[in-house]
This record gives sequence, structure tokens and C-alpha cells, in this order.
Amino acid sequence: MAHIHPLPKLLGSTVALKAAMAVSGLLLVGFLVGHMVGNLQVFGLFGGREAMNAYGAFLHSKPILLWVARIGLLVMIAIHIGSAMALIQRNQAARPIGYHMKKPIASTYASRTMRWSGPIITAYILYHLAHFTVAGVGIPGYPLMDAQSRVDIYQHVVNSFQSPLVSLIYIVAMSLLSMHLWHGLWSLFQSLGLSNARWNVLKRPMATGLTVFIIAGFMAVPLGVLFGIVK
Amino acid sequence: MKNIDLTLHVWRQENPKDTGRFDQIEAKGISTHASFLEMLDVVNDRLLAQGKRPIAFDHDCREGICGSCGVMINGEAHGPVRGTTACQLHMREFDTRGIKELWIEPWRAKAFPVIQDLVVDRSAFDRIIQAGGYISVKTGQAPDANAVPVRKDDADQAFQAATCIGCGACVASCPNGSAALFVGAKITHLGLLPQGQTERASRVLNMVTKMDDESFGACTSHGECEATCPKGIKLDVIARMNGDYRRSVAAGG
Repeated sequence: MAHIHPLPKLLGSTVALKAAMAVSGLLLVGFLVGHMVGNLQVFGLFGGREAMNAYGAFLHSKPILLWVARIGLLVMIAIHIGSAMALIQRNQAARPIGYHMKKPIASTYASRTMRWSGPIITAYILYHLAHFTVAGVGIPGYPLMDAQSRVDIYQHVVNSFQSPLVSLIYIVAMSLLSMHLWHGLWSLFQSLGLSNARWNVLKRPMATGLTVFIIAGFMAVPLGVLFGIVK
Repeated sequence: MKNIDLTLHVWRQENPKDTGRFDQIEAKGISTHASFLEMLDVVNDRLLAQGKRPIAFDHDCREGICGSCGVMINGEAHGPVRGTTACQLHMREFDTRGIKELWIEPWRAKAFPVIQDLVVDRSAFDRIIQAGGYISVKTGQAPDANAVPVRKDDADQAFQAATCIGCGACVASCPNGSAALFVGAKITHLGLLPQGQTERASRVLNMVTKMDDESFGACTSHGECEATCPKGIKLDVIARMNGDYRRSVAAGG
């Protein structure tokens, strides 16, 4: 039987857009894991100032790879947000008149707030880039240099997170990210059609475990600075 | 046996164009043995006796297998009892929960326009079925039993998916008005059986395309559909639909 649906229509379906969100989301989670592990170098156990600043210098010594990665991330974010916006529009149009009373039974706070945690995390990323990557917003004397005239990323981190406000913004953003990840890491299996009677019971624990791993790793940095472990 | 007094807030809408409103109706002396629909019958008899228009609601088999009778009761599709259609819901369930006030609303979805009061037009589901929810077979003598072997697991899963009665509770309870559970149930039911393989690839493309064209929303894995499905259809069927769709598009659409 011949299919009469043109490919652009098939790739623009709700099912295809959800698959696009799952793939882009999964790649962004991969980036988060790498970013988080890189951050842990601020702790003395993992090398502290020397490791952190050498790591930054190493990344900047490979500009082509760095820009390929950056552009790749931007494309993934664009796909993720673009698909989300298209789906939100369709989902809202699917119920023009709401209920007087509607009880959530199985949905979670995380699942119901994806469309709010998403934009807030996006806003946070813009601030985060302005803070550490582009302009050193809130860091006096940015960029600071270390003894080997490398960018002193370690000092940027310490100086920033010694401000309780900066740490609070970071921790709040990570809390929202944790909810976003927790729902997304489970939902992406559904969206990609990965279902297996034997493995399905592991999906929620996996989502919880990976979320805790990522978020604990990120939160450790501001908490480490606030509690004087990193100074 | 016990009689209870209830206050109903029922959605009343004369026709699809009417904006509609809630009517407050006192339903006194309702037997706890009555089903939810029998309670509406009693209320309607009284409304008729008063010369008022009875509440329009959809119903047919009244034994939980036809899928006609779904309404939202206090914000839950088919009411507070899981795995139960509105016709199989008994008034004692409200009594034991201490509920004395009921908000009764029709399914809300762009694809399910209200015809009158609690009756919605669910023919969008029929059109999705027409788009691919079938198998083409040569008619003739019935084949020999067990002539086509089916794995026990597959037969069980297909049968479970086939229990979908198309009531629309999944769409009604989904925050996105998605029909993914309904379509997934059909894809799973037919796609697990040998007879459904020939059209498996085209079926999912045709049904998903139709589902989108009928203005249903997308699945975002809230799980409200699974929770309110009177037949216990599982979210797995949505994963199966998505997987079939992905493979079908990858194979060239």
C-alpha cells in the first residue's frame, strides 16, 4: 500500500516532534554529564585550581572542536525548544475549553511544569554564559589570570559562589533542571518507542539515579564554595 | 441500602454553538445501589415531571463494554473509581468517600465537540480507525483454529490492547488532549498479531497523521490516560506506536 504522506508532514507530526525532543534532550544530557564531571575538578581531590585551569586552557587550545561542540549544542537546544513550542501550541489548541474541575491522578509536578522549567532553565543558561563564558557578569576583574597566565577559572568559580545570591540562583536553577531531567529521562524512552517488559521497571530508577548524579555533581560546586571546602 | 442527597453541578449546553453553563440540581434520596447513570435517570424523571429538559448523556450497554458513557465527575474521567466506566460506577462510591457535591462535565477536547450537555461527538476516533485501524483479509471460510501460530505473550498483549472500548477517557484526562493511548492500543492490538503485519508500516503513519489532523495533542508522558482508562490500557502501547512510527519513517515512509 502506497503512503500518501509527504516526508515533511511525517517529520512534523506530534510523534516525530516528540522523538526530536527525546534525541536532542538525550544529547544535551550527555553534555551535562561531561560539564558536571569537568566542574568537579575544582575540588582538591580531583586536582583543584591546577586541573581546572589546565582543563579550560586545553579546551580553548582546540578552537575547531570547541566550536563544533558549541554549534552542535546550539542546534540541539534549537531543536528542543522549537519542537517544544510547536507541541505546546498544538496541545493548547487541542483543548480550547478547559474543565471547571480537573484532578491530576498520575501526572507529577515535574511533568506538569516542563513547559515552565524549560524556559526558566533557558534564561538561566543565558545568564550562566554571560557569567562565566562571555562577559564575567558579576566577577570583578574578569578575566582573572593564574600564575601560568591561563584564565583562572578556579578563581572565577570561587569569587562567584562566595556570593550567596549567585549560589542561590545556581541552586534554584539546578533544582528546576532536576525536575526537568527526571521527567525527561523517563519520557524519552516512551517518545523513542523503547519499551521492553523486562527493562521497563528500571526506567524510573534510572531516571532518578542519573538525575541525582548530575544535579548532585553540579550543586556540589556552589555548596563546596559556600562551606569553604573550595576556596 | 441507603439513600443519599447530592448537589449536582451539571454542564448544560443546548447545542454545539451554545456557550453552555453549569446548572445546580439537587438530587435527593438517591439509592447508594444506583449506578451513576441510574442516578441521572432518576434526576431526569424528576426534571421531566417539572416540565424541564432532561440532562442529555450518552449511554448504551450499561455494562462497561461499549464506551459510550464517559463523563468527567469531579475532575476525574469516569469518576473516582479506577478501571471503571461511569455506568459501572455506583453511588455508594461517593457515599463511602463522603462526596456530596458532584461537578459533571463533558469530555473536553477540540476533537470531541459537545453535541448537547454531556454528549460529545467522538467520531474523530472512528475516522482514525478508518485511516488504518483494520486488517485487510480475504473473506471466506473461517481459518482453522491455531493454523496461524501466535506467541502466548503476543496474544495476551494484543488481547489486553484490544479491550480498548474507545470511550475517550484518555483524551479527556490528558492535559494535552492527546489520543496517543487510543491510537497506541489499536497499533499494539493489530501490530502484535500475524494478520496485522502486512499493513503495519502504513497503519501507524496513516493513523498518527489522522490523529494529528483531528486536532488531538501530543503525548508528554503524564500518564493520566493510563490512570483513568477503564480498561487498564498501559502506557507501553504509546511506546509501541512511537517505535512503529520511527521504524516506518526510517524505512522510507
